Amino acid sequence: MKEKIMDSKAFSAKERRSKVLGITGKVFIYIMLTFWALMVLFPFYYMILTSFKSFGSYNSEFIPKLYTLAPTFENYKTAFSAVPLADYFFNTLVYTLATTALMLIVSILAAFAFARLDFKGKNIAFTLFLSLMMIPSELVVITNFVTVTNMDMRNTFMGLILPSVASVFYIYLLKENFAQIPDELYLAAKVDGTTDMRYLFKVMVPICRPTIVTVVILKIIECWNAYIWPRLITDDPEYFLVSNGIQAIRESGFGRENVPAMMAAVVIISAPLIVLFIVFRKKIMEGVSRGGIKG
Amino acid sequence: MEKKSLKGWLYLLPAFLFLGVFMVYPLIDVFIYAFEENFNFVTQQSTGIGFANFEHVLKDPYFVQALKNTLILVAITVPLSTAIALVISLGLSSIKWLRKLFQTVYFLPYVTNTLAVGLVFMILFKPTEYTDGMVNLLINLFGGQTVDFIEGPYWAKMFVLCFYTIWVVLPFKILILTGALASVNQTYYDAARVDGTSKGRMFWRITLPMISPMISYLVITGFIGAFKAYSDSVALFGTNLNVAGMNTIVGYVYDMLYGASGGYPSYASAAAVILFFIVLTITCINLVVSKKHVHY
Repeated sequence: MKEKIMDSKAFSAKERRSKVLGITGKVFIYIMLTFWALMVLFPFYYMILTSFKSFGSYNSEFIPKLYTLAPTFENYKTAFSAVPLADYFFNTLVYTLATTALMLIVSILAAFAFARLDFKGKNIAFTLFLSLMMIPSELVVITNFVTVTNMDMRNTFMGLILPSVASVFYIYLLKENFAQIPDELYLAAKVDGTTDMRYLFKVMVPICRPTIVTVVILKIIECWNAYIWPRLITDDPEYFLVSNGIQAIRESGFGRENVPAMMAAVVIISAPLIVLFIVFRKKIMEGVSRGGIKG
Repeated sequence: MEKKSLKGWLYLLPAFLFLGVFMVYPLIDVFIYAFEENFNFVTQQSTGIGFANFEHVLKDPYFVQALKNTLILVAITVPLSTAIALVISLGLSSIKWLRKLFQTVYFLPYVTNTLAVGLVFMILFKPTEYTDGMVNLLINLFGGQTVDFIEGPYWAKMFVLCFYTIWVVLPFKILILTGALASVNQTYYDAARVDGTSKGRMFWRITLPMISPMISYLVITGFIGAFKAYSDSVALFGTNLNVAGMNTIVGYVYDMLYGASGGYPSYASAAAVILFFIVLTITCINLVVSKKHVHY
């Protein structure tokens, strides 16, 4: 009996100690997490802050202040007037929307064929198709550059868009989702005399809307940040996308080092995706964890 | 049956056209370019098949520099970013309050334009005539000397490149690892706690083995991604990477193709094929190693 009491005392002492340890541990974890959060946020804060500082006040601060008492929109005006930022923005919008729309149509049709239709050579075609997922884009870009140049499509939207349309991974993702829809629905629609095309767009696409939205958002992010292909295929600033635009601004825009104007341009370019992220946070993170790789 | 087959292929046609023209044909073509010696684009003739392009590329000091830079970048960022992501994910999974907020913040770099934010990093690291830049002011505060991270010594430039690369790749890794940690069955921990197992032992004996498939996935994709590094370097050091001495293999391929030093698709192809085989080899080694160490 006595021993038991001792035991429980010792136990509660041990418990208290581990609780104290737990609290210091928690504090340490929060400090570490906050530290990295600041590392992530600081560049964003700095760019927004600097974009609101006037050229004069930025250059007079040897130690950059972490706040500004006289915010100005001057840099945003400069960003749109001194360099064709609005054009870069518009080009990127056209490129992103056209590429995403084409990709979606092509992918839905292909995914439907793989998931729902029976035809000769389907299995071989699908295996070959899957093996394409392993091809790095660096390997095919050289010939594509030659092809597009030979077709006289440099500095055109066609040249920008066409090679970016096909995406093996998104077709695969859609096919997996389409395949989950029960056969009965398809057979019932067939009995009613519905055509395949009608069934696809009236039944399958609405059912698979969550996956389609994910695919669309991932493709939009990919297009908005595209740099390598647009850089290769456009040297006329009239067809620059935002990535090339920012590079051009960095190397020759705004005359001398007008850092606040550069930062305003960076804010304008980054804003659409950050807004998209805030609105579709859950969808984006879910979609990326299902296989998006920054590339 | 015939009509049915035709219909299936008809649905596939657009995808196969795009993939055929812009993926399958270029894939074959790049190997032809790489092995055809002295290929002339005007006459479309070559003097034969051989390794001349590879020889040229491997002797090119710019390629050697690019290879060295890429290898250093891979060797530093892949282990470091995976380790940091693991530590952060473990921290995230052990808290409840503010967890969603932290996760959202950490993911932010994923959705930002690499080129645009790279410009901010450049400003932060570069000393100019007006200011030494934020990072150097911090270094001065701790008694260090101002270093030009963008146009200064090699190690300083490599440091920024590695730092920025890790900053860019962490969101993906943290996302995958927090997902993996959340999916570990809680009953294992409950059982271990009943047995009085220490926290460290639980980590090494339960957590790590359970998430090892995801870690090996991250290491493999990390290797592949780091070997293809390019935009990060452009964002920090500008497009003329050979002069900056910070080129990467992919950068070398594009410089050979286009730009001031461009116009040599054969050399570009040879370099791309070399890159492809390096990545293939590393991936195979990774797969073999992870087969031995992944507990599943």
